[in-house]
Amino acid sequence: MQADIDFSHYLKSAGTGLVHLDLAVEGINCAGCMAKIERNLSAIPDVTSARVNLTDSRLALEWKAGALEPALFVSRLAELGYKAYPFERDDAEALEAQRAQGLLRRLGVAAFAAMNVMMLSVPVWSGNVSDMLPEQRDFFHWLSALIVLPAAAYSAQPFFSSALSALRARGVNMDVPISIGIVLALATSVIETINHAEHAYFDAAIMLIAFLLAGRYLDQNMRRRTRAFAGNLAALKAETATKFISPTEIKTVPAAAIRPGDIVLLRPGERCAVDGNVIEGRSEVDQSLITGETLPAMATPGSAVFAGTLIRSGTLRVRATAASGGTLLDEISRLLDRALQARSRYLRLAERASRLYAPVVHATALLTMLGWLAYGASFHDSIVTAIAVLIITCPCALGLAIPAVQTVASGTLFSSGVLLNAGDAIERIAEIDRVIFDKTGTLTLPELDVANLADIPDDVVKLAGRLALSSRHPVAAAVARKAGVAAPLSNIQEEPGQGVHGFHEGRPIRLGRASFCGADDLANEILCRDPEASVVAFSHGESRYAFAVRQRLRPDAAEVVAGLARMGIAVEIVSGDREPAVRLAAEVLGVHEWRAEVSPVDKIERIEELACRGCKVLMVGDGLNDAPALAAAHASMSPVTATHMSQAVADAVFLGERLAPVLSAVKVSRKALRLMRQNLWLAVVYNVLAVPIAIAGLVTPLIAAAAMSGSSVIVMLNALRARTREAA
Amino acid sequence: MEVLVILVPLALALGFAGLLGFLWSLKSGQYDDLDGAAWRAIVDDEPTGGQGGTK
Repeated sequence: MQADIDFSHYLKSAGTGLVHLDLAVEGINCAGCMAKIERNLSAIPDVTSARVNLTDSRLALEWKAGALEPALFVSRLAELGYKAYPFERDDAEALEAQRAQGLLRRLGVAAFAAMNVMMLSVPVWSGNVSDMLPEQRDFFHWLSALIVLPAAAYSAQPFFSSALSALRARGVNMDVPISIGIVLALATSVIETINHAEHAYFDAAIMLIAFLLAGRYLDQNMRRRTRAFAGNLAALKAETATKFISPTEIKTVPAAAIRPGDIVLLRPGERCAVDGNVIEGRSEVDQSLITGETLPAMATPGSAVFAGTLIRSGTLRVRATAASGGTLLDEISRLLDRALQARSRYLRLAERASRLYAPVVHATALLTMLGWLAYGASFHDSIVTAIAVLIITCPCALGLAIPAVQTVASGTLFSSGVLLNAGDAIERIAEIDRVIFDKTGTLTLPELDVANLADIPDDVVKLAGRLALSSRHPVAAAVARKAGVAAPLSNIQEEPGQGVHGFHEGRPIRLGRASFCGADDLANEILCRDPEASVVAFSHGESRYAFAVRQRLRPDAAEVVAGLARMGIAVEIVSGDREPAVRLAAEVLGVHEWRAEVSPVDKIERIEELACRGCKVLMVGDGLNDAPALAAAHASMSPVTATHMSQAVADAVFLGERLAPVLSAVKVSRKALRLMRQNLWLAVVYNVLAVPIAIAGLVTPLIAAAAMSGSSVIVMLNALRARTREAA
Repeated sequence: MEVLVILVPLALALGFAGLLGFLWSLKSGQYDDLDGAAWRAIVDDEPTGGQGGTK
């Protein structure tokens, strides 16, 4: 399959006759893998560089242009036991990576400046109690200014620009008090130095910047990492499309290389990778991933098909369109926009804290100044004391309180198979009190399963599986997968819409519709017991068997539902599928509230109705029809098999066959939110202790520096407690 | 106190050198793969052909 993919879309020139290729590699998880891959690939002649990135599970290759076929690397990696897919860094990921690097550079500058200034500050602090000459002190202050002023001007830019844009929008965010604190601290220090005064706060200001940048960097790095994994997931899906390069010639290309207007060939059993309109052909299509409806629909010239649609019976030619055109998709995009606007109104914990924080602190500083003036202190002394209050309250610990917990918690979540999409996802997932599950692909596994395998002899299953390999029909594919066979039978013909047939050991052999194999009675028996199953019949000579193929619930779905109930979270199923199927799933899982045949609009309405009653809903769904509901819900999760749009909107994506990540996401998030609140309270306690000292005018630069780093370290240590594993 | 004339420029120069070193390491992508870098130090069996070297 891999070998015939056209790699040219992914190849980049690395200058001077070299070609560069990035691969996302599945299964790199230790240093041993890294060494093995690098050793093996750099041993290939003409390969100039093979370097694994263990953090992102990626491999960068460079070789002499024209000397090697890119497919060679993929097959060599397959021999080593790794699946590799070419990938392209998307713009969003490149932007996040650039931001993370920018923050790290500023953090480096601030940290080096802080270290050097500390070296100058310690003699001044100790000199104040011993016998330092005033000239020496002034000289050290001037040196500090020389280091700190340019360093601060460069490294504090993110805070200044964010504060400015908040002020322009007539709002206040955390960066406003931070920026005011930094600017005032630096200005006072310069003025005090000019006046040969005893105290200057250069060290406190640059240290504050360094601590805050550390918090920002942690936050940004978490986002960058999530983006990188999302990029890998997209590549690992390895979506390809068969494109007409001339009216008669076709070529397999990556889905990313299809442009609007291209004509794409879709064959039975293929999943459509693009949105488009049918221009030729007729076929039954399965849109369960998009609408949640498991009964097939008919696609004819003029009808729209969407990425994710499964082609069942006929061959289609489809003209790819841009995201618009389809009525369903238009409708969903419109709902999505509205829902996303509602979500952007959510106020993060840090913002809520800063809205309280800024007025209180600035009022305290003002009152301090007025108080000292009224008490009879000089104007200069009053202002210096007020600024000391601002410096000591500057939200150093506050800036670290939340990103530190988020970083640690997202690491824990990652190890239990949950990738976070949004920075505030943890806060919102922690608050939920009700979970709404979609059924198809979420509670059930995305792939079909054979239910009555135990009733059929093993050798028959194997033989049927080998025959099924010749068919691209999804139901036949399920039989082949369950049989676990790899050798197809020879000389097999496919009868469109009926099944496959041929000869084996001198007797006719057939797999397909019940009528095609003469097994109607067997099929009816199965359908009486289980009306939701699809039947695929098999005949070899005179013997006949029928396989019941159906969706299977995720293995731990019932446990997770019970676990959520134990935590006091209500569970509900809202599905676009037919009523009997939903009822059956709800009964098996012990879910009392369920709705079937729900349209995307009704899904949103249900969520809004619950929101009006004060419920905070976690929506878990995978289909395109779930995307608006995912966006409208208080928080949302998608399985990794979900459509692109759903994954992009969901707050978190979970991996694997099991549903347990949903449960652990709620547990870890709740714990993390508790720690964030604790951290904010720690910051408040620190302020309550430190502010009276500042108001009393007793703060020296030494006290400011010690208090600031002390509170930051305590908050960081508390955040590390999020690391302890929850028993899943 | 004349020693300050030597010590202060020396301290500033060392600090500046450290900063330049950090910026260089950042630019050459040494912070791109923190997990991998940690392990690379103890992977014993380096490819004999040398990394990045052609054969």
